[in-house]
Amino acid sequence: MNPADTAVDLPDPDLIQVQTMDEITVKFAGDSGDGIQLAGQKFALLASAAGETVRTLPDYPAEIRSPAGSLGGVSGFQVRTGSAGIYTAGDRIDLLVAMNPAALRSNLGAVKANGIIILDESAFTAANLAKADFSGNPLEDGSLRDYRVFPVPIGKLTRGALKSLGLSNKQTSRSRNFFALGLICWLFPRPPAAVEAWIAQRFAATPELAKANHLAFHAGWSYGETAEYFVNPVRVAVDPQRRTAGVYRFVTGNAALARGLVQSARRAGLSLFLGGYPITPATEVMQEIGRYRDPDVRMFQAEDEIAAIGSAIGAAFAGALGATSTSGPGLSLMGEFLNLAVIAELPLVVIDVQRAGPSTGIPTKSEQADLLQALHGRHGESPLPVLATAMPADCFDTVVEASRIALRYMTPVVVLSDLSLAGSAEVWREPTLDELPEFTVHRAAASADFQPYRRDPETLARPWAVPGDPGMEHVVGGLEKAIDSGAVCYQPENHAAMVQLRHDKVAGIAREYPASTVHGDADARLLLLGWGSSFGPIREATDQLRRHGHSVACLHLRHLNPLPRDLGELLKRHRAVLVIENNSGQLWQLLRAEYLLDLQRLNKVQGTAFRIAEIADAAASLLETLA
Amino acid sequence: MNPTTVAPITAAEPPTAPSRTDFLSKSTPRWCPGCGCFGVLKSLTATYAGLGMPRERLVTISGIGCTSRLPYYTATYGFHTLHGRAPTVALGVKLANPELSVWVISGDGDALAIGANHTLHLLRRNPDIKMLLLNNQIYGLTKGQASPTSPRGMVTRSTPYGVPDTPINPVNLALAAGATFVARVADTDGAMMEEVFAAAHAHRGVAFVEVMLNCVTFHDGAYAKITDHETRDDYALAMRPGQPLLYGKQQRKALVADHGRILALPLGDAEAVPEQALRHDPQSADTGLAQQLALMGPPDLPCALGIFRQVQAPVYGLDPKHDQEA
Repeated sequence: MNPADTAVDLPDPDLIQVQTMDEITVKFAGDSGDGIQLAGQKFALLASAAGETVRTLPDYPAEIRSPAGSLGGVSGFQVRTGSAGIYTAGDRIDLLVAMNPAALRSNLGAVKANGIIILDESAFTAANLAKADFSGNPLEDGSLRDYRVFPVPIGKLTRGALKSLGLSNKQTSRSRNFFALGLICWLFPRPPAAVEAWIAQRFAATPELAKANHLAFHAGWSYGETAEYFVNPVRVAVDPQRRTAGVYRFVTGNAALARGLVQSARRAGLSLFLGGYPITPATEVMQEIGRYRDPDVRMFQAEDEIAAIGSAIGAAFAGALGATSTSGPGLSLMGEFLNLAVIAELPLVVIDVQRAGPSTGIPTKSEQADLLQALHGRHGESPLPVLATAMPADCFDTVVEASRIALRYMTPVVVLSDLSLAGSAEVWREPTLDELPEFTVHRAAASADFQPYRRDPETLARPWAVPGDPGMEHVVGGLEKAIDSGAVCYQPENHAAMVQLRHDKVAGIAREYPASTVHGDADARLLLLGWGSSFGPIREATDQLRRHGHSVACLHLRHLNPLPRDLGELLKRHRAVLVIENNSGQLWQLLRAEYLLDLQRLNKVQGTAFRIAEIADAAASLLETLA
Repeated sequence: MNPTTVAPITAAEPPTAPSRTDFLSKSTPRWCPGCGCFGVLKSLTATYAGLGMPRERLVTISGIGCTSRLPYYTATYGFHTLHGRAPTVALGVKLANPELSVWVISGDGDALAIGANHTLHLLRRNPDIKMLLLNNQIYGLTKGQASPTSPRGMVTRSTPYGVPDTPINPVNLALAAGATFVARVADTDGAMMEEVFAAAHAHRGVAFVEVMLNCVTFHDGAYAKITDHETRDDYALAMRPGQPLLYGKQQRKALVADHGRILALPLGDAEAVPEQALRHDPQSADTGLAQQLALMGPPDLPCALGIFRQVQAPVYGLDPKHDQEA
């Protein structure tokens, strides 16, 4: 039977009576096998296609498949959509879709008072309640009285909708996520035709699944429309600023990192070589590169992180843009090779998608605690540039700048991203290659007196002669180099001079930074200063405080080494500076040492990002003390 | 030179074939006088000169150790990398530019202790990279500690009461890793080194060559029985493809298999080589016999030298290029 023959005609969402909101935060939560990520992603894409500003944040269980219905197996996908000023996936949840008691238990604390909870009451069995540590049934004991709860028998209704297909209970239960998606697409009116077309395309290889999901989606939509007791549809105000024409894609931080590497190499006219080794939460970067069939974009899955960076250094020696992607434990293993890249002066981009440490720590939780490792985690005097990413799409721009620096200055560069950006997504128009900044590549011109360490007077970069270039055969390595000739040299004055040259080369990069600009008043009483993924909550907290009349500005650092040359003067303009980090105060410590200023700090090391309110509250308290 | 072309008398000197010295750098080697590394450097540069490749397309990559200083003494591109990690850098170089001829120079501590993981994966992946393992059974640069190939019981500065563990047999390890070209040579036999190095270069895929290297300072005479003029006939066996495995004075000893064990069978002065004598087949898909030959050695059996295995297999990084762009 053709599902289209049996489905009800869906009304035009434009004809439905709707209420309008500036923004809304929706969370889909269920068992890791419930298709939560897929439903959440589709909902986010639909919101984005409608012109809304969207941020998403997935949260996965640490284990691949915990026992069904257990608290450890809860998978979630949070979507925040709104008109403008959206920089995070939201502090608290307006609408929770909970597919079982464990999903309710895990997320209830984040739901706003009077928030909407839609739950699959078919899944609230005695066994599932026990697995989620509920002593009674929250649907019956009044414990949810502070919320607007809509129990929907999603499991039962999905089975009913799919009855004609003759599937097993297990098979029909796989379409529950599409029932939920249908219901939510009625609630936030989305054009159903787009979802139908997507289902047909996505499940083209398994027509029976396409039929089942199509029917479940329709059933969910119809339920929303028919069920009298349900809330009215909610429309989110569309971003009034029209977007620049171009191809937009929904991009996660990790996908943007990978794309940034590929496009950097193309812009520079080089091939890209990424050596990688699987590690949460960086693995998607190497996987993305591995999908390319372009012979000039190569991913090598190595036997460990040491081999990953070693192969990238080899490729850089042979004339490619070398890169590797890892997380904290991998960066620890790479330290010795990073030093080799420092002394051999080869272009290399090292991406660290940080996670909670120390040691294995909490691999599926986020932290910004690798800053000092990136700056100092090597023996000897070993300076290298360190950059940090602020938003998913910013991962692209940051990697492009890191690649430019690596090639222009012949140096390894560390890029710090983190788990909360890795899987988080935003809508983004990719710049064309022509729109990317120009790249300088120091390929050596053949000359009779070629010297591998004779430096460019401006950048102090050494020339890049690669195997295959005739007449410039030379040996590089980890032993100290003589100035210009690059021959092995243990002479004391030469060593001191080379240490200074390597320092000056990296310090000189700051000459080319654009001027630092604060968001808000340049002479605000309080400056909120951050780096990395705390950008979103800091920015929104600043906007919120300013709306309430507080004298607050914010500044976000992409360049952590070398620091911007105007930073010291800028910090002195404010009565107080609050340094906000998901670590115990690493940047704070660096800035106090560098500028001898008594900066304040706000730290959170819980494996989760700052909430906007946490920053706004701390800033407000600090402002009171300044009065 | 092409005999049909008559060069005008006024022309510049005709190009001469490159010589070994064209591949030597101006740096003076700083190995101990009498070190086996001198012989290896000589044979390797002679091999380089005979490859018909321009100097700039050769890359010599090493780890850390006495033997790993070798790239500084060649006139090719070179990379003196980290302890144990040369295979990783070499793979990156080769994948980035498959036109290059990439040679890894390593030692027993470098390749079999700190870098054993990389050695194993280099060999099993089968990239077109040539790896020489200069095995002197000792740490030289740090002045005389036991290495993974030091024999059990050997007294070194780090094992004053004797080496307490079992050494690795490098050829056996390479065979177990699935290396497609595996050989063993002695540092005293320049002719065999050049022959085997050239064969390694010609092989399409990874080539692993153990060089039995004498350390005059910390482990002198480790291979004396196998290399000394007086004893080598009885303790060294040069393997030749398709030939019976014979050794001894006038080749009067044959290797035979007895219930899976290899035994030496003395032959009479005029006795023909018996049918049961083992024959060398480096192209055998089964590495069983090669592994048995790799493990042989004094005092009961000779040490096998030459190419143990040479088979064709898909080469990593040289598969047909992908033709579409993502």
